[in-house]
Amino acid sequence: MERTEVYIGPEPHIEVHKYYAGVVPVAVMLSLVLQAFFPVYIRSANFLELPLLVTLYFALSKRNPSSGLVLGMVVGLLQDSLSRTPLGLYGIAKTLVGYLGSSLGARIDVEHPIARFLLTAAFYLFHHAVFTLTTRALLAQRNENYITVPILIASLVNATIAMGLFPLLDRFRKPS
Amino acid sequence: MIAIPSRHKSLTLLAGVVVAQVLLLAMQIKRERQVRLIRVWAVELISPLQRIASWTIHGAQHGWGGYIGLRTAQKENDAMRAELDRLKVRNAELEGRALEADRLAALLNFRNAYSEVPMLAAHVIGASPDSGSMVVNIDRGSRDGIRRDMGVITPDGVVGKILAVYPDISQVLLMSDKDSGVGALLQDTRTQGPVKGTGAPLLSLDYISNDEKVAVGEAVLTSGQDRIFPKDLPVGKVVDFVADPKSPFMKIRIRPAAHLERLEEVLVLQTRQEMNLKKSPDAETTPVASPAAQKAPVAPAPPAKKPTDAH
Repeated sequence: MERTEVYIGPEPHIEVHKYYAGVVPVAVMLSLVLQAFFPVYIRSANFLELPLLVTLYFALSKRNPSSGLVLGMVVGLLQDSLSRTPLGLYGIAKTLVGYLGSSLGARIDVEHPIARFLLTAAFYLFHHAVFTLTTRALLAQRNENYITVPILIASLVNATIAMGLFPLLDRFRKPS
Repeated sequence: MIAIPSRHKSLTLLAGVVVAQVLLLAMQIKRERQVRLIRVWAVELISPLQRIASWTIHGAQHGWGGYIGLRTAQKENDAMRAELDRLKVRNAELEGRALEADRLAALLNFRNAYSEVPMLAAHVIGASPDSGSMVVNIDRGSRDGIRRDMGVITPDGVVGKILAVYPDISQVLLMSDKDSGVGALLQDTRTQGPVKGTGAPLLSLDYISNDEKVAVGEAVLTSGQDRIFPKDLPVGKVVDFVADPKSPFMKIRIRPAAHLERLEEVLVLQTRQEMNLKKSPDAETTPVASPAAQKAPVAPAPPAKKPTDAH
């Protein structure tokens, strides 16, 4: 009987990027620190979701769902630890973002700036929706809405920031 | 070990990580009354199983208990049915005894009322197998002082006379037998005539002239002329009478005062001594026997009267 090799992984034409050691942890820690630091001085910085942007960037670049969801879980739990939210709220949301981002990055080209902008805005809304769903379901809090104008604006703001952040992080890629 | 494809591995990992974090959240979150969500979930997850288990166990226990109960109930039912049957028999026996006691009490009252008259109580223990003769057997015989032709009565009235005597039993010829006869008289007119058996429940009073006044319901008493029964014992009552144009005598039918068809206890008169029936507690006998109650003849009886009894 003839055997057929089945390839499971990113599309062959899509490049999987690797980074220098320590880049990912440092980026994560910096995003968390800055996420906690900016709102102290800038009120409108509440819109920022730097940990989400870092998670999404590495998920899209590494294109490995397992590593993407683990990274999302770690970042989310750390964010939970630094905030007053119960452990797991951000963790669940970012785990799903990491998984879906990696899965998506393995299938489509996410290097294009417009793609990155749209994906970032979409994932911001998805992240917020999951966070709201979890809050409503588990914490029985109804004060969070799935989508509002400020949320839409925040998604656009974060997408705009991602347009500068992602190329910056691209510089830490290992040359292929 | 089952190999999981890498795509499924990541999905499995995702599911595991999400579930783990949900559980982590549940352990931290407190809902109403400060109960942690993980406890709420655990209780809500387990309680249906507990209910099912409890329901199953309870149902099994109930079913088993019902089965055992049914078996026990069946046994108890059988035992109670047997007890009920036994009690029915016992009840019938007691009712019979009560009736017998009533009859004996009446007999004793009658006996006490005429304590000066020697009489002997006896039980009817059988009847003649000959359907043509009206004979019963009593449990008294020659050893008890019973002699042939002694009168037999009940508190209600005349029964018959002793036909044959054996050491321990005697035969009584009932008034209703064709060969039986009692000297009698009509209570109102004091007209005498023999009362004879007809082989049927009703008796016949003979040799009463067509000119005599007879009334339906009139009492017929013993006359004492037969030297068997004392005077003025109740024999029966007139049921109907017919004046026979071809004969100088009426045909009069009498219903016996004593219940000849259901005799159980009787009294055997050991003498022909005349009894003062005024003492009788029996309402039926008192007016019959009282001399004051003896009235003058009334208007002549109609020549014929339609019988009230078809016998």
